[in-house]
Order: sequence, then C-alpha cells, then structure tokens
Amino acid sequence: MQGINKSFVGVPALREAHFEVAHGEVHALIGQNGAGKSTLIKVLTGVYAKDSGHIEFDGREVAFPSPHAAQLAGLSTIYQEVNLVPFRSVAENVFLNREPKRFGLIDWGRMNREASALLHRLDINVDVTRPIYEYSIATQQMTALARALSTEAKLVIMDEPTSALAEQEVQTLFRVIRQLKSEGISVVFVSHRLDELYAVCDRVTVMRDGRTIEVRPMSDISRYELVSKMLGRELAEELSHRRADDGGAVPDRRPVLEATDLRRGRALDGVSLSIRSGEIVGLAGLLGSGRSETARAIFGADPPDSGTVAIDGTPLHLRSPKDAVAHKIGFAPEDRKTEGIIPQLSVRENLTLALLPHLRRHGIVDGRRQAETVDRFITAIGIKCSSPDQPIRELSGGNQQKVLLARWLCTNPKLLILDEPTRGIDVGAKRDIQVLIRQLADEGLAVLLISSELEEIIADSDRVVTLRDGRSVAELTGDQISEDALMQAMATGAAADDAGPDGTSSGSRA
Amino acid sequence: MTDRRTADPTPERGAPATPSTDGAPVAEPARGRTTLLRGGGIRHVRWTVWAQRYGALAALVVLFVYNAIDTPFFLTPQSLLFVLLRQAAPIAIVAVGMAIVIGTAGIDLSVGSVMAIAGQVGATLVLHDQPFLLAMVAALLVAAVCGLFNGTLVARFGVQPIIATLILFIAGRGIAQLITGGALQPLANPEFQWIGLARPFGVPAQVFIAVLVAVVAWLVMRLTVFGRYVLAVGGNEAASRLAGVPAARVKLLAYVISAALAGLVGLIAVSANSASDANNVGLGMELDAIAAVAVAGTPLTGGKVNVWGAVVGAVLLKLLQNTLISHGITKEVAQIIEGAVIIGALWLQRHEA
Amino acid sequence: MTTTVEVPGGTSRGRRVRAGLLLQRQGALFALVLLLAFGAARYGSNFATGYNLSSFTGDTAKYGLVALGMTFVIMTGGIDLSVGSVAALGGVVAIKVSEHGLLPGLLAGVAAGAAVGALNGVLITRLKLQPFIVTLATLLAVRGLALNLAGARASVAAPGGFQKLGNWSLLGLPVAAEAMFLAFLLGAAALHFTPWGRQVLAIGGNVDAARLMGLPVARTTFSVYLLSGALAGCAGVFLGSQNGSVDTAAGLGWELTAIAAVVVGGTLLTGGVGSVLSTLVGVLLLQLIFNLIVFENGEGSITISSYWESVIRGAFLLVVVLLQVRLVRRRNATGRTT
Repeated sequence: MQGINKSFVGVPALREAHFEVAHGEVHALIGQNGAGKSTLIKVLTGVYAKDSGHIEFDGREVAFPSPHAAQLAGLSTIYQEVNLVPFRSVAENVFLNREPKRFGLIDWGRMNREASALLHRLDINVDVTRPIYEYSIATQQMTALARALSTEAKLVIMDEPTSALAEQEVQTLFRVIRQLKSEGISVVFVSHRLDELYAVCDRVTVMRDGRTIEVRPMSDISRYELVSKMLGRELAEELSHRRADDGGAVPDRRPVLEATDLRRGRALDGVSLSIRSGEIVGLAGLLGSGRSETARAIFGADPPDSGTVAIDGTPLHLRSPKDAVAHKIGFAPEDRKTEGIIPQLSVRENLTLALLPHLRRHGIVDGRRQAETVDRFITAIGIKCSSPDQPIRELSGGNQQKVLLARWLCTNPKLLILDEPTRGIDVGAKRDIQVLIRQLADEGLAVLLISSELEEIIADSDRVVTLRDGRSVAELTGDQISEDALMQAMATGAAADDAGPDGTSSGSRA
Repeated sequence: MTDRRTADPTPERGAPATPSTDGAPVAEPARGRTTLLRGGGIRHVRWTVWAQRYGALAALVVLFVYNAIDTPFFLTPQSLLFVLLRQAAPIAIVAVGMAIVIGTAGIDLSVGSVMAIAGQVGATLVLHDQPFLLAMVAALLVAAVCGLFNGTLVARFGVQPIIATLILFIAGRGIAQLITGGALQPLANPEFQWIGLARPFGVPAQVFIAVLVAVVAWLVMRLTVFGRYVLAVGGNEAASRLAGVPAARVKLLAYVISAALAGLVGLIAVSANSASDANNVGLGMELDAIAAVAVAGTPLTGGKVNVWGAVVGAVLLKLLQNTLISHGITKEVAQIIEGAVIIGALWLQRHEA
Repeated sequence: MTTTVEVPGGTSRGRRVRAGLLLQRQGALFALVLLLAFGAARYGSNFATGYNLSSFTGDTAKYGLVALGMTFVIMTGGIDLSVGSVAALGGVVAIKVSEHGLLPGLLAGVAAGAAVGALNGVLITRLKLQPFIVTLATLLAVRGLALNLAGARASVAAPGGFQKLGNWSLLGLPVAAEAMFLAFLLGAAALHFTPWGRQVLAIGGNVDAARLMGLPVARTTFSVYLLSGALAGCAGVFLGSQNGSVDTAAGLGWELTAIAAVVVGGTLLTGGVGSVLSTLVGVLLLQLIFNLIVFENGEGSITISSYWESVIRGAFLLVVVLLQVRLVRRRNATGRTT
C-alpha cells in the first residue's frame, strides 16, 4: 500500500500512509486509538474506498469493492469481535456461502469432513457439528481462521485477536500463526500487548495521526522505543504544569476513594488505587490495559468480581450506576455518543439528567431551579449553544463534553471519573476542560482522569497510576511524573522510580 | 424489531468512528444519520421535519375544512361531538398510553385484551350489586396488574416488547371471556355507565375524559421526573443507566400506565354499549392506537412522546375514515388508505436522526 | 453466573445450554405426544377415528402453512404480521378467479399472496423500514383490499368446483393437510440442504457476519417475505374452499397464532435458530388443545369452555419465551467476554 489517503467528512484519517507485508511474514501493526490502523485495514479489505493512493496485492493493483471480494482474492480478516454466526455449527461457519454441494444440495457429510480436516490442520479437534457458541473464543477464532484457510487466503489480518483469549489459548494462536508462516501465508497482527508482538512478529509498522511513522524489524526496536514512537513526542502547544503547589499538604487529606485489588474477568487483574479530595489522579496505560474497565468497575456499571471499593473509608457494594450516583460519584464515559448523550434531548435535559432526583418536588421537576442550574453551568463552563432547548446532538463534540461534565458537576460529586474527557475535541474546548478540571480539584473534588494522551496525564495529574494488562503496576507522584517514566511503566511494568531516567538508555533512538 | 443492520461491522473498540487524532484540532463531524442543516440538503430536510411535526395536524385541518364545506351537517354539535369525537376518544386515550410506551422504545400489543378484561371485571362486579366505584377501581387495578405483567417481562426479563405483550394479547381475551363464560352481559346501571353515556354540558363524557387524560399525560411528560426519564431511556438506555436513571422501573411504569388507560377505555366501551361483550371489546385497538401514534410522527424507535400528536392522530384517522365512508368509499378501501398513510408517515420519519 | 473466567472448551456451560435448547425444542413434541396419549386414553375410539384425524388435520393445514412462512421470516430476525389479511385476500381472489377454473383460481390466490409478500419485502429491504410496522400497515391495507374485492358484506359464495378442493381427500387425508405436510417437508429440506436455508439462519444469527461473508442479505430477506406471502395466500385458498366463503373475520388473528406456533416450536424470536418441523409440532400442539377441549365438552362431564384455548396458548407462549430468555442470556454469557 502506497500513499493512502482517506478522509471522513473532511477529516483526514490516513495521510500518505504506507504499509507493506512480505510473503510468509508476520507483521505487527500498532498505534493508538485513532492512529489510523483500523482505517488502513478497512481500506485494504474493501470496507472503505480510498480517496487516493495505490494498493498492490500479490503483484497486481487492486481496489476491492467489498470485504467479500477481498476474501475471494485471498485476503481474509479475523476481527477482534469474532464475526461468526453463533447458533450455527462450526462446519457451517467455515463453509457458509461456499457449501460443498451434490446435486445442488448441501453435502453435509463432505462439509463436516472437510471442516474437521481444516481444523485438524490447526491442531484443533472439536465436534464440528456443534453450534459455534458452545466453544471458547479461541476455538471460535480458529474457526474463523479455518474459514480463511478454506478460501485459500494468502494474507490473514488479525485485528486484536488475543484481547479475549486466555494465556494458553494465546499460545495455541501463536503456534498456528507460526504454522501459517511456514506455509508461506502472511499475517498482519494487530495488538496492544507488546509481549505478544515480540513473541510472534517479524516486523512492525507503527502508525500515528494517520501516518506511517516507522517500519522496523521487531528484533531491532526496544519496547521503550516502540511505545515512544506510538505515543509521539511532539509536545502540545503549551502545557500548564499546574500541579498542586502545596505538595506536602495533599497527602494528609483522607482518601475519598480507595479501590483495592479489583478483578473482573480477564480485563482486570488486580487494580488498586486511591484518590484524596482535591487530587487529580491520572490513570495511564496502553489500550487494553484496563483503564475504562477500572472506571466502570468503580462506578458499578460492570461490578468487579472481587476486590473492594471504599468511599470515605466505608466499603461499599456498588451494583449499579444508580448506587454510585447516590454516593456522589460521577462518571463521564469514554464513548460520548453511545454512552453519554441522549441525542434528541435538549442541553437542559441532558445537563440535569443525573440531578433530576434532587430537582423533584412531589415528582414534579422544579423548573425554576432546573433553569437556574442550567444557566449557571452554561455560563460557568462556557457551553456554546443557541439556547438550553437546543438538542444536544447539534452541539460540537467539545460542547457536548462540557454538558456531560456539567451533568455531574451539578450533582456536587465527591469523586468524578473522566474517561478520555478531551478526545475528539478541538484545542480551545480541550483547554477549557483541562482548566476546569484543575479548578474543580482545587475546590476539593477528587478526580480520576483517564487519557491516552501522555501530555494530558502529565500536565494535569497530581499522581499517576499506571496499568498494564489489567494490573496496577506503578505509581508516580509529583516530579517523578515524566514521559520517560510513564512510558517505561506502560511498556515494561517496571516502577519508574527504580528505572528512573536510566530507562531512556534502553531506547537508543529517542 | 431491533435494527441490527446499521451497525458498523468492525468498530475499533471504544474508538470514535471518525478518527480524532491526538491533540489535532478536530471538530467532531456529524456522523450517521444526523441531519446536517447545510448545503443543498437544507430545504429537503426542513420540509420533511415540518411534515413530520405538523403533517398530521395540517392533514386534520385540511380534512376538517373540506368536510365543513362539502359535508352537510358536518359542523353541527351532533356530528362533531357525537360522531367524530365520541368515536375518536377511546382510541385517543389508548394512544396516549401507547405513546408513552413507544417513548421508551417499546410497544404494547395487549391493550385490546386488557380493555376486554377490565370491561368484564367492571361489568360483572356491578351486575353482582357491588358499588359502581368499587367496580371501576377494581377494573382499573386488574388492568394495572396486566401492565405489571407486561412490564416485568420487558424490564426484568429483557423479553422483546412485541413478544412480551403478545402473550397477554392472546391469553387476555380468553381470560376476559372466562370471567363470564363469554356471555353477553346487558348492563343498566346509570352511575357505572356515566363514563360512556353521560353528557355533561352536552358533551359526551368520554370526550371529557380523553381531554383530561391527554392534559394530565402532557403535564406528566412535561413536568415530572418520570417524563424526562421516559425520554432518556427511550433515547439512549445505556447512557441513561450510566447517569443513574432507574431504567427498569421507568419501563415498568410505562406499561402499567398503558394498561391502566386501556382498562379505563374498556370501562367506557362497556358502558357505551350497555353490555359487556368480551369477544369484541377492544378488538383491533392496538393497531388503531399504534397507527394514531405513528401518523403523528412519533418515531417508533423511542425517545419522543407527543401526547397531543397521538390525540390528533386518533381524530385524524377517525375523520379520514368517516370522510371516505361518507363519500361512498367503503370501509374496506378506507383501510387501504389508512395503511398507506402509516407507511407514508414512517417514510417521513426516516429523515430524522 | 457472570462471565468471569473463560472456561476452555466451555463444555459444562455448553451442555446446560444444550439441554435448555433440547427441552425447548423437543418439549413441544413431548407435550404433543402426551396430549395425544391423553386424548386416546380418555376419548378412546371416538378420538382416534379417521374422521377426527381428517377434520383435525384439514383444519390445521391453514394455520400450518401460515406458520411455515412465519418460521422463515422469524429465522431472519423479522416478523410478518400481515399473514392473516393476506390469507383473506388469497381466499377472495381464488374464489373470484375460480369461476374460470380450479387451477387458475388456486394459482391466482397464491400469486395474490406472493404479491403482498413482495411488497413487504421491498419496503423492508429497500426502504429499510422496520418489519413490524411495515407488515402492520399491510395487515390493515390488505384486509381492506380483500373485503373490498369480496363486495357487499364481504362474503363470497364459492362455486361448486372450488369447494371440492376443500373436501377433496386422498388416501384418507384431506388434500389441504397433504399440502401442508408436503410444504413442511420441502421447507425442512430447503432449510437443511440448500444454501438459501443456511443464509436465512445466518442472517438472523448475525447479520453483520452474514454480510461480511458475502451472503446476499437483501435478496434472501426479500425472499422470506415473498414466501410467507405466497404460503399465506395458499392458506387462504384452502380456507375459502373449505368454508365455501370468505367473510370479514377470515384470517383475523392468524398472525399471532402463527407466531405462537413458531415460538412454541422452539424457533428463537431474535432469529438465527429454528426448525421447520418443530413449527409443525407447535401448530399441531396448539390445535390439539382446541380439539381436546371440543372433545371434553362432548363428554359432557365438565364443560371447559373453548376460551381456555387462548389462555392455554398464552401460557405456552409465556413458558417458551421465558425458556428462550434463559437460553439467550446463556449464549451471551458464553459469547461475550469483557
């Protein structure tokens, strides 16, 4: 792929991106959320049409009109959320749309035999006549892989295939990948788990901001360097290091939140953190390290399987967001559109949604107090809308986010959890929000800040907890917080105060 | 049915569909089916939005004026109050409850059966010499229990609303028939039948009741916390839950309200007919009510409740039917046109997000 | 329990789900056999007569044909509420055209049904309207059309030749019943042995995956509504020929009977799972309840009113729906991870 450009509604997602995979190579593709790797894959496999550029597959220029056309040409994709038909049998899922036939009717005997053989080739021995949902995710992925092989795939793209797998399942997958490689089949491997990349990949392509940043042999690049390439080093315009100056005073305050050893499924594997009032705690980690899951567990949206959450020293069992709201916790989720706004409702209704129980008098909303609250926050936060009656979907992303912040602020919370509060927001609004968060903390609010942007974490946090593979691995305070230290912790899990500045030495080309 | 067809097959987990690069000045572009009021689309969008919002009312006015000119005796109280509004009132009342359920992104098919049950309960109690008030309250309570059943299936068990309410749709009429063994019960209790036969100030009581129900429902939707919660749950249930909205309880209550209103209309129907007929009371009511809501432009996908729209829709459909019939067009052809009108209203809705 | 650890192989959970599926699918068959045994034991020779068998199956045929079409529609995750009206239309058209001969009448009835099915299919796949509301509108409109065609007071006396079709029997069974059994056999074969059948299930199971696998989603979806319309039209032909007329009440509520039969048969309402023959069992079971009630009243010892029929139907539906909810929750627990 050469010089690929792709824009959505005028916003460039790929800018002169290039990507190349050799025969029989396992190639890692990494980058942050929004770096363009998903778009690149979708352009390649015919989900999107490119705006410009040049794609060559197996020596011929191609432009697949649909994913199906790409499959027919020998290019199969295995998605992180397995795209199979749950209630159909393993064999059917392998052969859907290409069923072996005799006299125009499906030849079940042959279909089952061939599916068995294909899976056997992957060292998977299962009853192929059973519905696919009865099997583990790993087997489901192997089925998807078998489907790809049955189409005589030359290139298999695996989009975060390991995110749902248990350790031994990952090993099975790796074995299969190596086997594919030995048969001359190329594999593109997308993952955020660095260990896995090093375990199985030959080369790596790093993407950032829609551009191809780096293409290197895997053995030639250190973890630290990989992370720094991925996150990028250009610093934002001008950062306000407005960390609380009274550094000594803050730790004396009592913690508002103490979460201990939170575990949930495979996503959370022992997360502990505490937040004092007036403190902003950053939660750092690569994609898939369990940041949002931690937030949802604390908020009761996805209650943890084990571990404790204590507010003001009292252990609580928050089983639903409603409980959390009652204990004065607020949570602005990562995906504003599907989990934040109620699109067709007005700014006023969106802003006061969480406050409604307190605006109620005999079940009736106190319109005057509601209007006062809304007006106050619109001015205080600087929400730009034509009137409080304007539907929130008509607002810009930044203003939508401000409304969601106001939704919680008006409930006068003790703890506010912000998951990517500035994602997809223009610079001006972003700055407003960052300043606002700091003000709130200075007024005594405890804030848990989740962000993929290191600069944001560094600039805004008093303390940073780093997650890696669902576990809290390092905690940095005050001057310890630096890009180097954070990246070191995210990449290796080593607490930075040991590795410290020395960590940079491992990255030869910083 | 849920529309699972629009989803992007491979969303990157948690990522916005449009890439918003770190730190880059990216204004979030409108995506999906949001109406972008800009460029060449402006006229088209405005037209459909207008048609959707006021189409039913405009159609009603046009039909009304046409009838006023063309139909003899149309503008008499007899014709307006005792034919048109009296016929439209029961549909309007049920449609108001239906609008609330649809607002939560649900549907209630059981309203006709609940009408029959409530009518039977009320009539039977009165015929057994119970006080008329007790009979009415008991009937409404039984109806509310039916709603509780629907709501529990939907809100607690997560059964699709169509299927959950289909159960009572089927079983409910049988239950109503069993109460009296299916026999027609003639009624003669002026107090009980007040709601179906009385005409205070020369206006049929059911018209009064319909207006009262609509006003109360309108106020509830406008003023109460419950009203906001209905819109929030129907608009985005996941977001509502995360904002601490008790989504299950809201849905439950919506079905109870719908069933209670259906019960009320069941009492009206029984009273107006001076007989309780479990076989026919409320037959086809669910379709009339859904049609009334849909014609007024309330999206069946939830998140909006237009109480007056439901009322206007009920009157419009009744007037349309009466007009066609009075012009020698058979009731059957009128039904065809009704179906086409609903499809047309739906088609208009597609233009809104 | 929640989805904590990914059990490799997931067999224990899988087995329980499988047991649920089996109970749900074969439960109807058990109930059918039980009721048949009960009927035979209680009413003896009266129950097991050829006459009862033939009138029972002949009567059931109409519902069976409609339910067969509904099975395919529901398997794709859709619904067709218009079948009752379409049956009425099919009956009226068949009666009208049968003046020109029996075969043209039969074909015309089926064709009229197919035409409405095609209209539903186009509105659903091209305009992308919800199946529920589209078929609700055609339910209204088509009933109007049928009654309008039928003329004054909506009842049409059928000429002698056409009525023969309804009374005609072959090898002791009414031809309508034979048509139903044949249709179910063909339907089951189509579902099992043709790619089309697999596509129907795949679309209902995971429409996104189906699209990614290159299945013709729109075409297959269209085809199930077409088929449902045609089968409903065919049911209408038999209705008209058996009754000799089609009146205002013809086909009223059939859609719900059909949906109930499909669900009782174990087809998942959300689509993706189902069996054609189980729908047949479902139809027979629901109709048998009615038949037994008639017999019980014939005994005269106690009178169970026929109103129990709908209550029992509703109760069956409730039980099946609750079983399905458990199944779907289990599936989600197995399939989802984080």
